[in-house]
Amino acid sequence: MDRELLIFSTLCFFFAMVRTALSVQARNYQAAGLNFFAIALGFVFQTAFLSVRGHALGRCPLTNLFEVFIFLAWSVSLIYLVIGPAYRLSLMGAFTAPLVFILQTFALLAPIDRPPLMRHEPSPWLELHASISLVAYGAFALACIAGIMYLVQERQLKRRRINSMFYHFPPLTDLFSAITRLLWLGFVLLTVGLVTGFLTGEPLPYVKIAWSLGVWIFYAAILIARHLGTTAPRAIASLCVLAFSAALTVLWGITFLWQTKTL
Amino acid sequence: MNLFCLGISHHTAEVETRERFVGHGGIDRILREEAGCREALFLTTCNRVEVYAVAEEMIPSERIVQCLCTHGIDQIGKELNAFYRYEAWRCVQHLFRVTSGLDSMVIGETEILGQTKKAYEAARASGAAGPLLHRLFQRAFRVAKQVRTLTGITRGSVSVGSVAVDLAEKIFGDFESRKVLLLGAGAASERTARALVKRGVRDIRVTNRSWERAQALAALICGYAVRLHEWEQHFREVDIVISSTAAQRPVLTRERLGPLIHDRLDRPLFIIDIAVPRDVDPDVNEMQGVFLYDIDSLQSIAQQSLALRREQMDVAEQIIDEHVNDFSGWFSAAPERPLGGSSLRASET
Repeated sequence: MDRELLIFSTLCFFFAMVRTALSVQARNYQAAGLNFFAIALGFVFQTAFLSVRGHALGRCPLTNLFEVFIFLAWSVSLIYLVIGPAYRLSLMGAFTAPLVFILQTFALLAPIDRPPLMRHEPSPWLELHASISLVAYGAFALACIAGIMYLVQERQLKRRRINSMFYHFPPLTDLFSAITRLLWLGFVLLTVGLVTGFLTGEPLPYVKIAWSLGVWIFYAAILIARHLGTTAPRAIASLCVLAFSAALTVLWGITFLWQTKTL
Repeated sequence: MNLFCLGISHHTAEVETRERFVGHGGIDRILREEAGCREALFLTTCNRVEVYAVAEEMIPSERIVQCLCTHGIDQIGKELNAFYRYEAWRCVQHLFRVTSGLDSMVIGETEILGQTKKAYEAARASGAAGPLLHRLFQRAFRVAKQVRTLTGITRGSVSVGSVAVDLAEKIFGDFESRKVLLLGAGAASERTARALVKRGVRDIRVTNRSWERAQALAALICGYAVRLHEWEQHFREVDIVISSTAAQRPVLTRERLGPLIHDRLDRPLFIIDIAVPRDVDPDVNEMQGVFLYDIDSLQSIAQQSLALRREQMDVAEQIIDEHVNDFSGWFSAAPERPLGGSSLRASET
């Protein structure tokens, strides 16, 4: 039953993605309206899925890689729905929908929805640590998307070549502000996530600590570079894309190893 | 019942011809009383003169043209060939295309909608526009709005000055806190600066070889003059540079700009070079955070915008066709049909 909810959700994001692609091809892209509604509906199904799964497990649904991916996709949608309209970044939906669609499709198709190995009652700190860290990843995902938008818009302005999407892109300075805010949001959440991780009372795997600190230091370095004013916005945007891609890959690896208990 | 449009526009005649048919005061009344129209609306803009009318019987074009003529009637000869006439649903289609900006000289321009609304208000106030024209024009305004919303026909600027301002907006968003430096006090930079002031720029600095000219322009645009030897100090603060000096060699090169923007890498710099020969070395565009546009690249963006608008014409035509069919359907089927005539499609001549 819960997987059906997820399939409906994935279809909503697929619809938003295809509709965007078609309207871009037809050169009459409309940022607001149906796309936003489709993403919002997809988010409702995601929430329903996590709720059903959580009740079935009797805990926060973060027990395997499948659930981690869905929780991450849910965080991305949540942050987009909150900040998209607030910062007039409705076009971000055009980039958010494909990311969420890919995450969920991968989760649905890959054989990663395995029963949890841990049978004992989890520490509430562990659940808090995992969920806050994944919401932080959601913010970093959106910073990555804003970074891609910045690079696309900057390239169009530099090359002096415009297309129908050009007029839907927010101004460069607005995008850069959004990147900064999302980086700060993700960084604060990740810091809280790390601190709660140390309060779990459970033995922490060395690789996981090293990886978490590595991600934290990477994002701290990006924020320092941004606020020193000596790094061009283009480089910050590129770093956001690089940092999230690297972090997502390592997250996958770590969770996979954790699931197979090789850590 | 005959619904028709008779007109002359930039497609069919030069301005010298068009200006001879702008009508007299009270043209609405003349069209009804002398030409025999039951309802009439007179639309005149710098690119077109048109009459939309409803009549019991077919009125010859010559009779309408005579009403519009501002010079001797006997001089109308070849000029009559410049007029076009659309009957029934073609008239409806033409009006919808006009109000949507598809028939304009600059495709997608929106000024025509305001001008049509004004003409409609005048005709309504004088009683010249009756129930059919009222319905027709209300629908035309709706169609124009829909075309504007659902297509990109009005998107992008198509003149060099507005392209520059639009690009600045795409880089900076709002203008209130932006600082502008004018290198050279020519007429072209004055026009661009004025456009920026209109959009909210409050801080404009002007530098020029002639101190008096710099002061005079600064006073005109509510900015302040900067001595020629001091402009480099201001460069660190400004966001937009408009350059139009009469220098024969580039004033801004990569080597010269490098140290000036080194400590402001986190802020973009938009340079508009409208000088010929160019004031800014093209290599400057390769620098981090610098966006350089010269007169050719601004014109190229204007052309691209126009091309994008043209690409949207098919979608706009589809919307218009749907409304034409719907309007024709209403005209044929409505029991309260105002004029009790035959259907628009059937009455086509």
